[in-house]
Amino acid sequence: MNYHWNWHIFFEPNPTGAGTYLDMLLSGLWLTIATSLCAWIIALITGSMIGVMRTLPSKPANLIGFAYVEFFRNMPLLVQIFLWFFVLPELLPNAWGLWLKQLPHAPFYTAAIGIGLFMSARVAEQLRAGITSLPRGQKQAATALGLTTTQSYIYVLLPIAYRIILPPLTSEFLNTIKNTAVAITIGLLELTGQARSMQEFSFQVFEAFTAATVMYLAINIVVVVAMRLIERRVAIPGYISGK
Amino acid sequence: MIEISHVSKWYTPIFQALKDCTTSVAKGEVVVVCGPSGSGKSTLIKCVNALEPFQEGSISIDGIQINDRKTNLPKLRARVGMVFQHFELFPHLRIIDNLCLAQEKVLGRKHDEAVGKAMKLLERVGLKDHAQKFPAELSGGQQQRVAIARALAMDPIAMLFDEPTSALDPEMISEVLDVMVDLAREGMTMMVVTHEMGFARKVAHRVIFMDKGEIVEDAPKQDFFGKPRSDRAQKFLSKILSH
Amino acid sequence: MFANFDFDVIRRALPYLFLDGMTFTLTLTALSAVGGITLGTLIALMRLSGFRLLGRIAGLYVDFIRSLPLVLVIFWFYFLVPYIGQWLTGSPRPIKVGAFASSLITFIMFEAAYFSEIMRAGIQSISRGQPAAAQALGLTYSQTMRYVVLPQAFRNMLPVLLTQTIVLFQDTSLVYVVSIPDFLGAASIVGQRDGRLVEMYLFAALVYFVISCVASFGVRRLQTRIAIVR
Repeated sequence: MNYHWNWHIFFEPNPTGAGTYLDMLLSGLWLTIATSLCAWIIALITGSMIGVMRTLPSKPANLIGFAYVEFFRNMPLLVQIFLWFFVLPELLPNAWGLWLKQLPHAPFYTAAIGIGLFMSARVAEQLRAGITSLPRGQKQAATALGLTTTQSYIYVLLPIAYRIILPPLTSEFLNTIKNTAVAITIGLLELTGQARSMQEFSFQVFEAFTAATVMYLAINIVVVVAMRLIERRVAIPGYISGK
Repeated sequence: MIEISHVSKWYTPIFQALKDCTTSVAKGEVVVVCGPSGSGKSTLIKCVNALEPFQEGSISIDGIQINDRKTNLPKLRARVGMVFQHFELFPHLRIIDNLCLAQEKVLGRKHDEAVGKAMKLLERVGLKDHAQKFPAELSGGQQQRVAIARALAMDPIAMLFDEPTSALDPEMISEVLDVMVDLAREGMTMMVVTHEMGFARKVAHRVIFMDKGEIVEDAPKQDFFGKPRSDRAQKFLSKILSH
Repeated sequence: MFANFDFDVIRRALPYLFLDGMTFTLTLTALSAVGGITLGTLIALMRLSGFRLLGRIAGLYVDFIRSLPLVLVIFWFYFLVPYIGQWLTGSPRPIKVGAFASSLITFIMFEAAYFSEIMRAGIQSISRGQPAAAQALGLTYSQTMRYVVLPQAFRNMLPVLLTQTIVLFQDTSLVYVVSIPDFLGAASIVGQRDGRLVEMYLFAALVYFVISCVASFGVRRLQTRIAIVR
């Protein structure tokens, strides 16, 4: 292989004039983390609402939840991001569209919301599965005690369901982090984007991608360890043995 | 035919499943192995065709050592039929294909020849009309009779039965035992793990009683049922014969 | 809102979009699924083989690939494959690899990690008595796998494998990042040329949506049918 390795490249100044190539990658890393956290919050909140709707004893609520999940699940994430970024401003009334286009950090907001909504459909499916996996007697017992539907969800069903789906939620969070790389297509300079521009400026392809790879692995390990701690923390003694 | 000498098996360094077991089954002999659950009788019979490994001792079938590295186990197993507690028919194959698979793949029989053999055996166990069905469409007793036919299709020199009736509803037990009695009367060499003492009285030549991984009693049928020498066997017999 | 919509742009681009773009997307999806399931099954067998080293290597590969974004993996292979080709063929410079071959290799290697987890779950879901019964009949390890275990694992996991293939179909749109004209890429090229991104992206979204919806509806029907048979 006649590729010229140069691991010192990370400590050479980058062409933007602000610090080294390593600084460039680190800023990408922070942006990846910030974007995925925002997207995850959106995914958790909307996903929970939709997931609950799909389990309610109400036909219209089921239908809305079903349509929502199908809508966000059956289009590639990249296409969804393009819809939010390129198409939405054109479909709005002129003044709004203009405002959207001039919004600073538009790629960041688009990525956070676009990925957040994309992931919310998956969170909704997980939560629905979690709730439906509970014994029917739980809901009946809550109702028999005089709890309203809302109360039985808040005090009985959701606290157990969230604990059950904690492991799949962990992997959905990891998916959220990985999916932020798709935002490279709308110019968000997250980790993969920064690695890509480092490669374009310095021609050191493999050093740039190796560094990004290592950083992604590190994020994964941190998240997995953190989630395991949380799992242990919230485990119900004797109920779900922390697998 | 089957020589078992000084066989010991440990699952973990502390838990010993078999302790220095020695016995044999002569050609044409029917030996029933009984004992309380967890006594190691199933483990012992699975050791005979090397489905379970053991650490000490040796087993030979028809003069061939099974724990010899040079022994071709698939070839040896093809000559020893085995019937399992849970039938273990292959659910994705029709009954006829369950009987033909090993005939063709192991013995290299032509498809027509295998089908002919299979149909003859299905007729013998009274299930000729079910050849084109899938295992899940048959009752437990029917499935177990198919499993016996599947083993017989290989023209075995001996048959091993691992609790063949204990997963069956009471009304289906006799249809399986009838097939086994016929087989014994034809002079098949059989080693049978079972609690069916009626079967043992009818056709067994010898009865082996196991407890806690040891062979406690190994006696001709008349002696065993007449007056077992050990306390443990007496207790066991009184428990299962008292109803 | 749709007043100044130009539907004719879409009509004129249809032959290019479908004959070039969609053909690329569907071929890539089908071949990657077949290759990914095959390689994934091998990886799953390695993990369950009982050879500790082999299992370790396979496990590390799966965990490694699964913690990386697909976009990064696409970049990796896009730049790496020419060098690997050079190394394999011994040519003096990195060899040129076509867009299709490069994406196919990427997706097979990437999806194999996900398919292997599905196949592993499928193999583990089969009761231990099944391989024992096959061995008792004299079948060898590879015969046991081929005739008894894998057909059952494959059949049990068919809905999941197909669902993953729909995800794969959507994921192929990411070859956009290395400017390969798949269906979305073709739509994007036309949209940029004619200044009609809105129409083209909406149309692309609609096509992906319809195909994925129909496919997942089919999978759901298959699932209920399998559930009845069992």
